Amino acid sequence: MSHGTILVFEVTILVLALFLGIEVISKVPTLLHTPLMSGTNAIHGIVIVGAMIVLGLPGKDTFTWIVGFAAVVLASANVVGGFVVTDRMLEMFKKREPPKRKEDESA
Amino acid sequence: MSTNVTNLLYLITIVSFILALKFLSDPARARRGNQIGAVGMLLAIVVTWIDVGTTSWWAIAIAMAIGGGFGAVAARKVKMTAMPQMVALFNGVGGGAAMLIALAELHRILPEPGKPTADILIAIVLSALIGSISFAGSMVAFAKLQELIGGRPITYTGQQFVNGAFFIAAVAAGVALVAGVQDEWLLWVTIGASLAFGVLFVLPIGGADMPVVISLLNAFTGLAVAAGGFELENNVLIVAGMLVGASGTLLTMMMGRAMNRSIANVLFGAFGQVSASAAAVAAGDGGGTVRSATAEDVAVMLAYAHKVVFVPGYGLAVAQAQHDVRQLADLLEAKGVEVTYAIHPVAGRMPGHMNVLLAEANVPYPQLKEMDDANPEFSRTDVAVVVGANDVVNPDARNNQGSPIYGMPILDVDDAQTVVVLKRSMNPGFAGIENPLFYNPKTVMLFGDAKSSIEKLIADVKTL
Repeated sequence: MSHGTILVFEVTILVLALFLGIEVISKVPTLLHTPLMSGTNAIHGIVIVGAMIVLGLPGKDTFTWIVGFAAVVLASANVVGGFVVTDRMLEMFKKREPPKRKEDESA
Repeated sequence: MSTNVTNLLYLITIVSFILALKFLSDPARARRGNQIGAVGMLLAIVVTWIDVGTTSWWAIAIAMAIGGGFGAVAARKVKMTAMPQMVALFNGVGGGAAMLIALAELHRILPEPGKPTADILIAIVLSALIGSISFAGSMVAFAKLQELIGGRPITYTGQQFVNGAFFIAAVAAGVALVAGVQDEWLLWVTIGASLAFGVLFVLPIGGADMPVVISLLNAFTGLAVAAGGFELENNVLIVAGMLVGASGTLLTMMMGRAMNRSIANVLFGAFGQVSASAAAVAAGDGGGTVRSATAEDVAVMLAYAHKVVFVPGYGLAVAQAQHDVRQLADLLEAKGVEVTYAIHPVAGRMPGHMNVLLAEANVPYPQLKEMDDANPEFSRTDVAVVVGANDVVNPDARNNQGSPIYGMPILDVDDAQTVVVLKRSMNPGFAGIENPLFYNPKTVMLFGDAKSSIEKLIADVKTL
């Protein structure tokens, strides 16, 4: 494929992802705003893929080596930290027994 | 692995991210959503690792162990109250990684024969620019929330001009690079100026607006990652980055709406800079006296009330008093008092923050009232107990047009018969704004740390 064809294809999926991103979270209750922010934060940790590609380049010079190494360190902190923080937030919302109303006592 | 196989496996990752976002907007499935996202991420990492092959295998392993180890420990150790700054920190490092990838890519393609195409250069400039702003801005947000630097807005004359100059410098260097000046130093200029811009643009924003800023920077990082996908011709980066960019922007607008503030107002309003007229009105009101009470007085008030509403705020979170409040509420209920909690959408430091903390203390869901349900109830409430909240109960938001929070929806606690405010001191709150509620004749103040005050109340209610 020529570079132009690839570019057009990439722009196409970019625009589709834009609309999908808006559509998929159109209704979020306020109590989930913070976990959702944290969850999307974890998802952009996918930058680790790019960082690994840079660090994995064959025949790279010292500069690329250092920059790539630093990028993988930062990106993996993003991935692990992002998912763990989100999980800890959501742990709080786990299902529990329906609360017992103290109707008789408050009468 | 062939490129096609790799891309098909990346497609599974993309689907898992879409499901993760979808599930994250539903309370019942949110945790599952996050787990699905994590599995998708793991798949992408494994696929990429196999793809990269043996080159730098050890370097990748060591770098991951360092970064992942730090992330895991930091995320596990942090208290629930400090979550917002952790999100800022992890967002910042993601932006930093996108910036570094841009740097490495330019370094790789410049010496190659033939001119690099404009689209690749544009992607490199964009991810360096946006990634740097996100990195620097998030670090300042982290420092503000962690109270390493003051949470108050920092402003000076000509501030917007200086910010604008740095931004223009960053863009100009980028344009020159795309226009054909093939010099790596131009990207360094873009990065340096963007970092300075990121710091300067978050510094004047008050601590109360930080969640909105972090959410915006989160969307920025997503966009920087998408641009990185164009550099490396990598679909999963493009799609995942754009998903976060789009949903993050929408989320930012939702958060702004919950606070009744536009994003432009948050970013450029230097919130917390009390305008002269607001200060004058506040001073006029503030001439009144503040009534303070002892824990015994308040305990009697609570125990003989019909209906008590707790209004938790950041002070409760910081004192870790959610369990004590629950205990006090249980005691009151045992005495026949009707107890509910009124939750402002932005109570705490992030929307939904307070729900998380009260859920941790096993407060029954039906007792948690959202603002719209809670407000009509205050007129039938005997005692409203404000625990470490300030701006979300500030009547100036309703009455004082000059106040920086004018128009923000608030909890109308002043409709209750009596308002008890638990507060450490008379210092203005997070946003640095005077609160006339404290001077209201209906209000009594119970000074002290939220946790120890509640503990005293528990002890006193028990003796009644």
